[in-house]
Amino acid sequence: MERPLFSVRAEAFPAGLRVLVVDDDPTWLKILEKMLRKCSYEVTTCSLATDALSMLREQKDKFDIVISDVNMPDMDGFKLLEHVGLEMDLPVIMMSIDGETSRVMKGVQHGACDYLLKPVRMKELKNIWQHVYRKKMHELKEIQTHYNNEDINILRYGSEDLDDRNLTDGITNISSARKRKDVDYKEFGDQEFGDPSRLKKARVVWSVDLHQKFVNAVNQIGLDKVGPKKILDLMNVPGLTRENVASHLQKYRLYLSRLQKQSEDSTSGGNMPSDLINNDNVANFELTSSTNMQQCSEHTKHVGTSENLVPGIIADAHIGDIKKIVPVQGIESEKGLISDSPISQNFNNVPRLSALFSFKGMTPGIEEKAREPTTSKHQTLHDGAPRMQCMHYPGQGNCGMLDDYSYLSSSDQDHQVSFNLCSSSPVISATVTNEKDMKDLSEMKPVPTDQRNAHFAAIPQVACMTGSVSLQIKHGMVHSQDAGAICKLDGSPNTKGCSTEQIDNQECFPLTCEFSPKSEAELDSLPGDLHLCSIQKFGCFEDVGFGGAENFQDIISTPDTQVQNDWYISSELNNDYLYETVDYPLIDECLFA
Amino acid sequence: MLPLCSRVLLSHPFSPMSLMALREQLNMLVNSMYIEGLLDQQFQQLQMLQDASSPGFVAEVINLFCEDAERILTELTKDQAVVDFQKVDAYVHQLKGSSSSVGAQNVKLACIQFRQFCEENNKDGCLNALNVVKHHYYLLRNKFDTMLQLEQRIQAYDSKQQN
Repeated sequence: MERPLFSVRAEAFPAGLRVLVVDDDPTWLKILEKMLRKCSYEVTTCSLATDALSMLREQKDKFDIVISDVNMPDMDGFKLLEHVGLEMDLPVIMMSIDGETSRVMKGVQHGACDYLLKPVRMKELKNIWQHVYRKKMHELKEIQTHYNNEDINILRYGSEDLDDRNLTDGITNISSARKRKDVDYKEFGDQEFGDPSRLKKARVVWSVDLHQKFVNAVNQIGLDKVGPKKILDLMNVPGLTRENVASHLQKYRLYLSRLQKQSEDSTSGGNMPSDLINNDNVANFELTSSTNMQQCSEHTKHVGTSENLVPGIIADAHIGDIKKIVPVQGIESEKGLISDSPISQNFNNVPRLSALFSFKGMTPGIEEKAREPTTSKHQTLHDGAPRMQCMHYPGQGNCGMLDDYSYLSSSDQDHQVSFNLCSSSPVISATVTNEKDMKDLSEMKPVPTDQRNAHFAAIPQVACMTGSVSLQIKHGMVHSQDAGAICKLDGSPNTKGCSTEQIDNQECFPLTCEFSPKSEAELDSLPGDLHLCSIQKFGCFEDVGFGGAENFQDIISTPDTQVQNDWYISSELNNDYLYETVDYPLIDECLFA
Repeated sequence: MLPLCSRVLLSHPFSPMSLMALREQLNMLVNSMYIEGLLDQQFQQLQMLQDASSPGFVAEVINLFCEDAERILTELTKDQAVVDFQKVDAYVHQLKGSSSSVGAQNVKLACIQFRQFCEENNKDGCLNALNVVKHHYYLLRNKFDTMLQLEQRIQAYDSKQQN
């Protein structure tokens, strides 16, 4: 069922995505801001992590996604990542010039949904909306699971605890949800959140007090027997509707289940830094783990979001032991969960909890609008073809994008800044890095200098091409290595060639030493049971800052290989996939010959 | 008797020839920087980001980079008697990051070497590496200065032509 409201939003997304960029490097901050603006995102920049965190805390619904550098003076990027994941539950992308596998691993472990290597390219930023969308999809799935669980409860406990209206609604929702299970989240969203006219109403803000009433009511009724109507009645808050309570209840359940899953994971042996447990989060987990106990006795299986793994916190709580339902405060005093800091018996720290519930951006609109991602060709700026392809955005973006890359149009040539004219500057030719494109490069004839293609004047272009190629050879033996590694999937002897080039390169920079110690360090730093030896060597490539390394990044981040996306997305780090794509043992030989 | 075209060119107040000459010069400069390894692809990215709405983008970024780089180099040059390798490494890492932002390839490579010496706690190596970094940085900065000057002059032409 397409409603006009949703189709409008579907076209707008991902334009207008609200991004917070955190980086202490002013140059990068400026560049990223510009790039993100060109992607039609709404950008806020911040050079201090502490500022960013307070900004996020103050205005919980202000951002859709956070991009942060790893190395910052005032706060470790990983720490910021944790905080944001815990408190605001936003997708966070990490960035660094350092591409060592151990660092990337750390990012993934801390919950980053992506890890970008600097220099970051536009094409990588263009697609960051996918993380927002993915998160929403996961959360919708979880809601569905909980609806199913609720269904089980209805059957188990009969309808006496739920009034007729609830039952009808519940079952209607569940059955219709089930029908659409695999396909249509949008319509499910419709069902759940009511008709669009309701969406336009102001959302209820779940303040500390309100949430406290809610939790009290839930505990009083008992989480297994709870229903929105009952809670509503108990809470006795004028102006609050059953729908408000219902949706809040879902979120609460999701939250609990996620923590349940995390605690299960942590007890099975995560080794996360203990400094994660700080005073800010203590009361969080006291509250939540105790309510976990209530819930876990009834629900056997929970779907957790892998993206938000917060490990190792509730290790002390004997969750499985508690069978009966006890009031929250009782548990706190009995078990003394996170012992050192004083356990607050009042709910002063509930703001954290409600922050966790503020499903930011989880307006139905986003589910709907996310239904139509940018499907058109994601041609990047770096294709080898002399004619640049513009990125296409659904709806409004198109003209804007064309204007932005206005150097393409030659009509206003004289008015353009000379950088954009680039009548002979190697704008396109030297950016070619793909396997495919490299072949094109060698075949490319000098483009005649007509007005239309004034940007690609003949002779200088050739010079540039030569220049860039020579660059590659001179400095970037890694580059051709990279190309070798990626392109020669059949494991041809190209990789052999690099060792000699390695030696040749010594005239420029004696960088051979760069490889071995680094990689040995990486060998040591990786946990032993991870069969990622080959990846770390890959990582070694990235760490070497040749011009080739950037080319490498291009290679791995192009849609052709899809390698980067599959590596750095935390949800599925699939070794099998990695081994399939590249012939690692040959790289091995090459590096450590 | 001069051919018509030359007379026209010579008589024109804003001779396209000199504008062309400026552009030619600028392009040759940038090209040479790529060839010599002073710049890499990232600089092209910057060029592409510049548009009508932000005509001074590249210049701004270059300036930011130079400020930041010089700040870091100043810090690194202090206290050469006792070397705090971790601190030095942190600075060099920063410089590596910001040099990657403008595509300052040689500087970045020099930073990588520098970090190697830091890791080895090699003081002499570090002092040496610092000089190498500075050498490459100032070389780059000179060229950037020329580049921006040419750029300015070209833009002056363009704006005059607009008026």
